[in-house]
Amino acid sequence: MSGSDQGKGADVLDAQDRARFEQLVLPHLDAAFNLARWLLRSRADSEDVAQEALLRAYRFFRGFHGGDARAWLLQIVRNTCYTWLEKNRPVELMTEFDEELHPQPSISPEALAIAGDNREHLTRALETLPPRFREVLVLRELEGCSYKEIASITAIPIGTVMSALARARQRLQRALTHASPQEASREL
Amino acid sequence: MSCDFTPTVLHGYLDSELDASRAAEFERHLESCRECATALGAEESLRSSLQGASLYERAPVSLRKKIRADLDAATASSFALRIPAWRWLAVAAAVLMIASVSWFSWPRVQNSAASAPFTAAEIIDAHVRSLQPGHLTDVASTDQHTVKPWFNGKLAFVPPVKDYADEGFPLVGGRLDVLGGQNVAALVYSRRKHLINVFVLPTKEPDTPIHPPGARQGYQWVHWRHQGMEFCAISDASASDLHELAQLIYQ
Repeated sequence: MSGSDQGKGADVLDAQDRARFEQLVLPHLDAAFNLARWLLRSRADSEDVAQEALLRAYRFFRGFHGGDARAWLLQIVRNTCYTWLEKNRPVELMTEFDEELHPQPSISPEALAIAGDNREHLTRALETLPPRFREVLVLRELEGCSYKEIASITAIPIGTVMSALARARQRLQRALTHASPQEASREL
Repeated sequence: MSCDFTPTVLHGYLDSELDASRAAEFERHLESCRECATALGAEESLRSSLQGASLYERAPVSLRKKIRADLDAATASSFALRIPAWRWLAVAAAVLMIASVSWFSWPRVQNSAASAPFTAAEIIDAHVRSLQPGHLTDVASTDQHTVKPWFNGKLAFVPPVKDYADEGFPLVGGRLDVLGGQNVAALVYSRRKHLINVFVLPTKEPDTPIHPPGARQGYQWVHWRHQGMEFCAISDASASDLHELAQLIYQ
């Protein structure tokens, strides 16, 4: 069958691809939306970006040769989110990533439990983290991804995932328990 | 920190990502190192806050619809491009065949006076989604007197809930779901090792008999309307099992 001239990188898809896509990829739409929502901190923007990412995934679906469909889709969602951020909110991506991991000024589990009890407060604290910290936490704690999956989604070496998570958690603890009123009320 | 372990080890332990011997080593260390034990407690507390605060945000129905439209457009246009002219005859025949098959199998076109408010793809989606870990039931109980009241106040109608364990279809539980943009009740039954979702929503259309089953991607579904309720049962169980359950519910 001809038609390769129409491709230009993206594949031309038929009903069979569509059925496979529905079966393998679409069940992970919630995961895609959730990741976008936390990376972009806005439901409306996430809807647009997730839609774009899904269409992109569909166009390149022939390039998916089995394996973990969720990780494959989330990789595309993440890239689409970062492209969108670069274009629309470049300042957010300029925050430093490789911050030192300070010795923990130990916070008691009880204090954290109290601080983390409020969904609103927790949401705001999570949103104050730089995107690269936020995404590892969301993938690990909300999406339940393994280190290996996080590594493949975020394209950072597997060894770095563990330290990125350690730093992200430490920053979240600090944001939760020491958030100044100004910081805590920081809106988008 | 006075101990020999780097803080990252604690996170590997917390996430169950250490190998067995290293995890055991760290456990022994925890017994004697107060600091690490407290830090681990703090991390566990943080985790349960994060996981318990319903921070997970599911895709809205509007997004699902837009994506389906995108996929339709991307598939339909390419469909025409891929097919050489001489094959159109075969395509026409295939389309005719598919159309006639779906005439019998798909509720939307089954009864032109009363089409179902959702598509086969949406039903399959909802069924597959329910099989993801933790998505099957909001209320897990084999007791109809637990499941039925659970829906009170969550929906604008009362779905009929009955346990058919004696007939070989034990009730597993129920949950809320969205089909075709509407809130629906989903009842879950099991048949040997297969799970059956029965979606229930109110309708103003007249009663219909149980339609012959539709099938796609290895799933079967049956659809009917009875006393102001619209029912759709879907499963990978056999079509005759589905029909049997549908008859039980219909009575």
